[in-house]
Amino acid sequence: MKFAPFDYVCTRSLAEVYDLIEARGPDARILAGGQSLLTTLALRLSEPSVLLDIGGLQELRFIEERNGAIHVGALTRHCELETSPLIAARLPLIAQAMPHVAHAAIRNRGTIGGSLSLADPAAELPACMLALDAAIVLASRDGERRVRAEAFFKGLYHTDVRPGELLVRVEITPLEKEWRFHFAEFSRRRGDYAMVGLAAAARGPGPLPEELRLAFLGCGDRPVRAREAERVASGSASAPRAERYSALRRALEKDLEPQSDPNASSETRMHLAAVLADRAIEALSG
Amino acid sequence: MNSFKGVVGTSVARPQARRFVFGRGRYTDDLRIAGTLHAVFLRSPYAHARIEAIDLDAARTVPGVVAAFDGKAIASVCAAWTAQFATLPDHRSAAQPPLAVERALWQGQPVAIVVADTRAIGEDALGLIEVQWHELEPLPHPVATAVADPAHPPLHAALGTNIAYERCIVAGDPDTTLAGADRVIKRRFQFTRHTGVPLETRTVLAEFEPGLRRLTVYQSTQVPHQMRAIYAELLGLSEANVRVIVPDVGGAFGVKLHLYDDEIAVAAASMLLGRPVKFVSDRLEAFVSDIHARGHTVDASVAVKNDGTVLGFEVDDIMEMGAYSVYPRTSVGEGLHAISLTGAPYAAPALRARLRAVFQNKAPVGSYRGVGQPIACGITEHLIDAAAAELGIDPAEMRRRNFRRAGIDPPKTAGGIAAGDLSHQRCLERLLQLMDYDGLCAERASARKAGRHLGIGIAAFVEMTAPGTGLYGAAGVKIACSDGCTLRLEPSGVVTCVTGATDQGQGSDTGMVQLIGDALGLDFDQVRLVAGDTAVTPVGGGTWASRGLVVGGEAALGAAHALRDRLIDIAAALLDVRRDALVLSASAVRERDGAKSLSLAELGGMMHYRQDLLPSEVERSPVVTFHVVPTGLIANGIQASLIELDPESGFVKPLRHWVVEDCGRVINPMLADEQLRGGVVQGLGEALLEECRYDERSQLQNATLADYLVPMASDMPDIVIDHVHTEVTGTLLGAKGIGEAGTIGAAAAFVNALNDALRAFGCAISEIPCTPERVLRALRRVP
Ligand SMILES: Cc1cc2nc3c(=O)[nH]c(=O)nc-3n(C[C@H](O)[C@H](O)[C@H](O)COP(=O)(O)OP(=O)(O)OC[C@H]3O[C@@H](n4cnc5c(N)ncnc54)[C@H](O)[C@@H]3O)c2cc1C
Repeated sequence: MKFAPFDYVCTRSLAEVYDLIEARGPDARILAGGQSLLTTLALRLSEPSVLLDIGGLQELRFIEERNGAIHVGALTRHCELETSPLIAARLPLIAQAMPHVAHAAIRNRGTIGGSLSLADPAAELPACMLALDAAIVLASRDGERRVRAEAFFKGLYHTDVRPGELLVRVEITPLEKEWRFHFAEFSRRRGDYAMVGLAAAARGPGPLPEELRLAFLGCGDRPVRAREAERVASGSASAPRAERYSALRRALEKDLEPQSDPNASSETRMHLAAVLADRAIEALSG
Repeated sequence: MNSFKGVVGTSVARPQARRFVFGRGRYTDDLRIAGTLHAVFLRSPYAHARIEAIDLDAARTVPGVVAAFDGKAIASVCAAWTAQFATLPDHRSAAQPPLAVERALWQGQPVAIVVADTRAIGEDALGLIEVQWHELEPLPHPVATAVADPAHPPLHAALGTNIAYERCIVAGDPDTTLAGADRVIKRRFQFTRHTGVPLETRTVLAEFEPGLRRLTVYQSTQVPHQMRAIYAELLGLSEANVRVIVPDVGGAFGVKLHLYDDEIAVAAASMLLGRPVKFVSDRLEAFVSDIHARGHTVDASVAVKNDGTVLGFEVDDIMEMGAYSVYPRTSVGEGLHAISLTGAPYAAPALRARLRAVFQNKAPVGSYRGVGQPIACGITEHLIDAAAAELGIDPAEMRRRNFRRAGIDPPKTAGGIAAGDLSHQRCLERLLQLMDYDGLCAERASARKAGRHLGIGIAAFVEMTAPGTGLYGAAGVKIACSDGCTLRLEPSGVVTCVTGATDQGQGSDTGMVQLIGDALGLDFDQVRLVAGDTAVTPVGGGTWASRGLVVGGEAALGAAHALRDRLIDIAAALLDVRRDALVLSASAVRERDGAKSLSLAELGGMMHYRQDLLPSEVERSPVVTFHVVPTGLIANGIQASLIELDPESGFVKPLRHWVVEDCGRVINPMLADEQLRGGVVQGLGEALLEECRYDERSQLQNATLADYLVPMASDMPDIVIDHVHTEVTGTLLGAKGIGEAGTIGAAAAFVNALNDALRAFGCAISEIPCTPERVLRALRRVP
């Protein structure tokens, strides 16, 4: 399939991007790594009138520590997150998750801004943002606003980005030393979008987690924090496996609304989510 | 028996592959012919619908669009076709048009063709075509169709039935034999539709020359001569005026073996416009237009005695076809293989097998690597393991007791296959050694104590290779079972080989050069290969049924021997030595024990320019041609799989895989082993991942590579390979085919390994692919 015709602008500054968004209206689309957008164009699933390529805006490409928080620019590529020593040291959950994001060739081009803006419910980074309680920073000509990850993801491919806005960076305050992290997912082939995945964090000076965060992917129309399961899990960490699975399963029935699709029924996803939660607790118990 | 000098039987690298490594492969889409137009197709969005009206006017007005044709316009230059075999008089299909007229019978069937300056313009125009559709009911599930659900009138009214073909095989008095059984083990098998997914999609560039009414078709195909005959017949051209040229082919696997409606419509459009027209199938349309295969629902059973003796098999196979039987090979070959080869490795005398092939409102079904043999192997080997488990007999021992023994059991199997001298026992013993069967069994036991679930599975198989004229010729179908080779000694001393065989990337080119170089004492770079052009090459069958190197290579070898003898005759006269004192080596004819020699360059020079110097009493032509008519060779082998099951998630990981195969002489072990490995990967894809998922409206749900999962290298296990060599008599080459062996047994070995692991949970799976969900269902962990 070939793209339908569109205009292409290689933008040179954020100001130019804001101008063009305003001038070209809702038919303008941001082009970042292009790994998702270009496929939808080739399939003629969408036919924007103009692509605004932000790939050259170096000011959106950084991983830095500022005032105790890690700031990641929207154009930071998956491969850069994957190999960053700062991420490995301060945000190990992301470092654990990155090898699961697509294949190396796609990680060479795909960006965090693109992944979060796309908001695929089966993507890894959005779930990590939830587990880490990241702030998503959106900018427009009128300035910046910060949205907490949980409020940012609003539905299937649907986010809080408003017309005229661009996702410019995320800010994540690393959790203190007592936190441990675990990322796992089930996918049919390495590199595929997951059927079900889990970004988990646990706090506890001792071997058993006292506080847990369980952020699921592939279990609904967006990434989901499973609060009921978090509560149940903190209490049942030392329970026998079968009992714990059942308790988690019951809690997850309240937390999650996985859809059936030809790959897996909602029951299968629910079961796999409980398996992941159970294994996460096992892994996070020192 | 012919002796080879050393290049044959060694893993020489493939010099022919250097071109690809340098990025210089030249595929049909790479060709640039001035004035070429690009074709795109409007395809039916419905599985079954009446076309009340098509309006192409808006599409025609798009700048850059040259023409748009509907089915009637294309039918004015292209006849419809019906797949028929004189040897299968009960098999019936209906006339298939190049573009749907009045009714579309599957989602993806081409309905209109737009020809434009670029593909992108053509796609823009497609969006403007108005079709008034009236959706009709698609045929239900094949099982419902097979029992002739009266609510569903026949897809082709004139046939009066949706069963395109029915066949029963009864051998060895099943009633009496099976009455003596201690146990009968029954299973319901579900094999899911797959497709071939070659890296290079189907591509065709047709150039009609109106002055002479000559058609040249550049095409990514396995079968240039078959296509030439078809184009001539259906387009009303003289066969001498049709030329099919095959540039490099990026994989085929059976997909590029059939007549496709869109491809011949491109040729028709070129005739209507008098301009070259090209069509490159994109991946989305490939999924709904390439042939599919392997959709079978099978009830089968094995009858055994308590001592482990297998008495016989019963099989009832309902095979789904597409809306038409595919042309020209028909769609039913797969079902025929499935029923006739069930039980083939075993001595069991009784077989009752029934096939019903039913129409569906789905993409056509055709020959895909293995053609029904994986189905037969999957059924047989599952049942053998199930019986072994019930009787408490080790699966390897169960096979040892029941394999056919060469020279003892009758030369034909219960299914009527001539499989007299196969090496099942030797392959099994070699396999057990290779995989350290006892060691693995111990490892499985200790892993289980540690909470890990390993499974070991074995699958024996036979492979029908290089069939003879009975298959197509006798059926009245213009597909050669033979192949020819012309060798030409050039003035430079280089030998040009013009072969009817075609290479789709498997490396048969290299094998051919190896054979010729070996026979004529030439280095690789002294042999040039010309292939894939019906104007030049001898008429040949092309590539299918693991025949390419077996038949094409035999022809090359025969030609090389003839040329060798001729060169020796001439040299003997010129050098004044006895014939038997001469050999060919290092690009020369030389005395075995003396100093006299004549280089091939000297001989070539004389044979082309200085015939006056040649002796007059010997044949002096620098060209020889040799044709080979094969009679069918049956190969065999065995595979094993080691898997790990995660019973909580239903995920299964292939850990290792082994193949022991017997194709007689191995011409190039590297090529042979890679054929096996590639085939195994395809088989594991069938077992684990691949499936064309249709919904109840017969809409394909997963027509992208993101959703139709093919195996990737990173997920594949190491594949260990070895060979057993049974001497093949009656041919120069002494080799049988090997191209499908990997695919035939891999899924069966994998499923047996999975069922070995599932046995601890008291359950089994007999549906592929073994998705995590299906495994979880078998484990009763999800509904
Ligand atoms: C084969 C394949 C497998 C994949 N597997 C996975 C996987 O397992 N997990 C996973 O998470 N992802 C996967 N992906 C997606 C990949 O990670 C994408 O690169 C990513 O989701 C999008 O990033 P991008 O930079 O390529 O965005 P683009 O494709 O350029 O853009 C995506 C969308 O986001 C918008 N956008 C981009 N940047 C911004 C911004 N700064 N502000 C506002 N809007 C913006 C675009 O307009 C567009 O709508 C896969 C992709 C492919 C092709």
